[in-house]
Amino acid sequence: MSDQTATAPATRSALLPLAPWVLSALLLLVLPFIFTANSAITIMNQMAITIIFALAYNMLLGQGGMLSFGHAVYAGVGGFACVHIMNMDDFFATIPLPVLPIFGGLMGMGLAMIVGSFSTRKAGTVFAMISLGVGELIAACSVIIVVFFGGEEGISGDRTYGLPTFGVEFLQQIEVYYLIALWLMISAILMYLYSRTPLGRMANAVRDNPERAEFLGYSARWVRFYSFVASGFFAGIAGALFAINYEILTEENLNTTQSGIILLVTFLGGVGFFFGPIIGAIVFTLVQTVLSLQTELWGFYLGLIFVATVMFFPGGLAGLIMMHVPALRLGKLGRLGVPYLKTLGAGAVMALGGAALIEMIFHVRHASSGDHEMVLFWIAFDSHSILPWVIASLAAAVGYFIVRRTAPDLMEAWNDANTPDGGAS
Amino acid sequence: MDLILVNLIDGLVTGLLLFMLSAGLTLIFSMMGVLNFAHASFYMLGAYFAFQISLYLGFWMGLLIAPLIVGVLGAGVERYGLRRVHQYGHVPELIFTFGLALLIEEVVQFIWGKSQMAYSTPEVLQFTAFSIAGNAIPAYKIFMIFISIAIFIGLLWVLTRTRVGMIIQAALTYPKTVEALGHNVPLIFMGVFGVGTALAGVAGVIAGPVLGTFPGMAFVLGSIVFVTIVIGGLGSLWGALVASLLIGWITTFSKAYNLRMEDLLIALGFEKPDVIWDSPWRDLWSLTSPQIADILPYILMVLILIFRPHGLLGKRDA
Repeated sequence: MSDQTATAPATRSALLPLAPWVLSALLLLVLPFIFTANSAITIMNQMAITIIFALAYNMLLGQGGMLSFGHAVYAGVGGFACVHIMNMDDFFATIPLPVLPIFGGLMGMGLAMIVGSFSTRKAGTVFAMISLGVGELIAACSVIIVVFFGGEEGISGDRTYGLPTFGVEFLQQIEVYYLIALWLMISAILMYLYSRTPLGRMANAVRDNPERAEFLGYSARWVRFYSFVASGFFAGIAGALFAINYEILTEENLNTTQSGIILLVTFLGGVGFFFGPIIGAIVFTLVQTVLSLQTELWGFYLGLIFVATVMFFPGGLAGLIMMHVPALRLGKLGRLGVPYLKTLGAGAVMALGGAALIEMIFHVRHASSGDHEMVLFWIAFDSHSILPWVIASLAAAVGYFIVRRTAPDLMEAWNDANTPDGGAS
Repeated sequence: MDLILVNLIDGLVTGLLLFMLSAGLTLIFSMMGVLNFAHASFYMLGAYFAFQISLYLGFWMGLLIAPLIVGVLGAGVERYGLRRVHQYGHVPELIFTFGLALLIEEVVQFIWGKSQMAYSTPEVLQFTAFSIAGNAIPAYKIFMIFISIAIFIGLLWVLTRTRVGMIIQAALTYPKTVEALGHNVPLIFMGVFGVGTALAGVAGVIAGPVLGTFPGMAFVLGSIVFVTIVIGGLGSLWGALVASLLIGWITTFSKAYNLRMEDLLIALGFEKPDVIWDSPWRDLWSLTSPQIADILPYILMVLILIFRPHGLLGKRDA
């Protein structure tokens, strides 16, 4: 995994590092005015919660090198605690809703302290296995301990009973959006600052070479423990925001599937950079909400993309973006444009053709008998006639052929763009 | 007494089935240091392939052919997937197998759909072998026991008595030296991965008719298999056997005997509250052993990892 930092030249102004934060804060403010539909706000809420959770997860995976298979537990327990607070009428009436996530965070942190006390002794496989075991354990407990987890139907609450904040009672989705956006900014900034503290740096050192870190006098175990606890805190905040947004928590919020999803999101976005999980969360939420409306097979495509990412781009999407920085520095990014357009355009044709084939096979196999009509790319046709199959196969084959033909050109352009002019070779 | 005997047999069947999965997994781990998250997915593939084959050629051909296909697939995964990811380190390897598990489940749903397949035991074995105090023991269970024991003995024989087994064992401890002696270690790795997944395939073929052939079957068994090899000690074949049987019996017995927390608490001198449905401890009072049967292996694993990190019979840390 690559380094988290790109050291800025000393000549830059001190304000420049603030620019991305100010820009994203502005973006968060303006977004509801651009996408005004209720469904869009729902998606954005979901996105923001996933971003916080993925960033918290990356504190472990990317910065600490600890692979957890049960991280949904900390978010889930934080969320459950918040719903319980919402149901404590007298207490909830004395606190404003925006401070509720702190309680969720503390709950996640408390659980992380208990589990971390024995799971952080080793990184790697042992940690992964303990996290899986504890995750399964608590997920299974959710059916048994009905008092806290509410059994199979979960527990629900009402966010509007809290102390009104400046007259806002969070009845509307848009008010909740700004609450979540505020916490997104706070958590993201805190997590970024954490990665800049000596402790955050030590987490990187322990990830890369625990033995050497120990020789320098740092306890690898305690460094891992602190990362784990901090990650648990922010996961708890994400869970609390989930509780505020949906007002219900069930077993689904803490089971292994949820933990797997957050691993997928984080890795897809890229574990090597701070902003990786943010990209991952945005892309994943869009794919989940938009693609799942279009096709039943979205899980299949997602799995395919995930496996391909692990195999070919272990840096994830963020890694792909950052690959272009050297070319940008050399001012030769423009030379990549045309070759990219050729290869990726053909690649898109190939992917669409392949996807059409897959969809048609699926339709022929699984549609009820006699149902021959299917709709693909907004075109209705008969899935049993030969023409669509020919078109899709042709698109896939031609796309593949062009990709194969143009790939060497792209490689050449890539090497050219990454070599300083007048340099060797 | 009779009930104990019936449960012993049931637990043995579960345990041996687990062993067939964990044996391959633990071998793969000790060779390559990678825990194959998709191992149970190969078990599922075995069941589905065997079902498809049994439609045309009958159960016995399925038992013969399906594991071979699964093994070839597994070897392919090692050659073209895992070997590529290996250069990035152990964590990406683990993530790769995790993604593979997701993908295989999606592919199975894509091809066979979400519902359970009508995969049943062969007619030859649909009779009662014997009965113990009115509890009938189907012949298929006995067949499962014999198949698993035969595989265990075969595996042990290959690993300890043949030349190939010697090379594998040597490659486990000193891969570099074995390579220097002129053996093709990557090929050995690929072979072990293939055989390991084929074993999982066999387990799938014989378990499919009993436990059901459906897309979630890998998920149900997947994490338990991990737990087994962690408890037994990573890389230890005997450990895998002991842990599988232990888990098989623990879960079977705690499901068969309805031990109630209530009795235990009263025996310990606690007083049962009168209004139990209003007490915050009501879940503790109503706890029964069948309820927690499925999470007992996880509790056991966490305890083992805390107090004996190299497992029951393992020689090295997990």
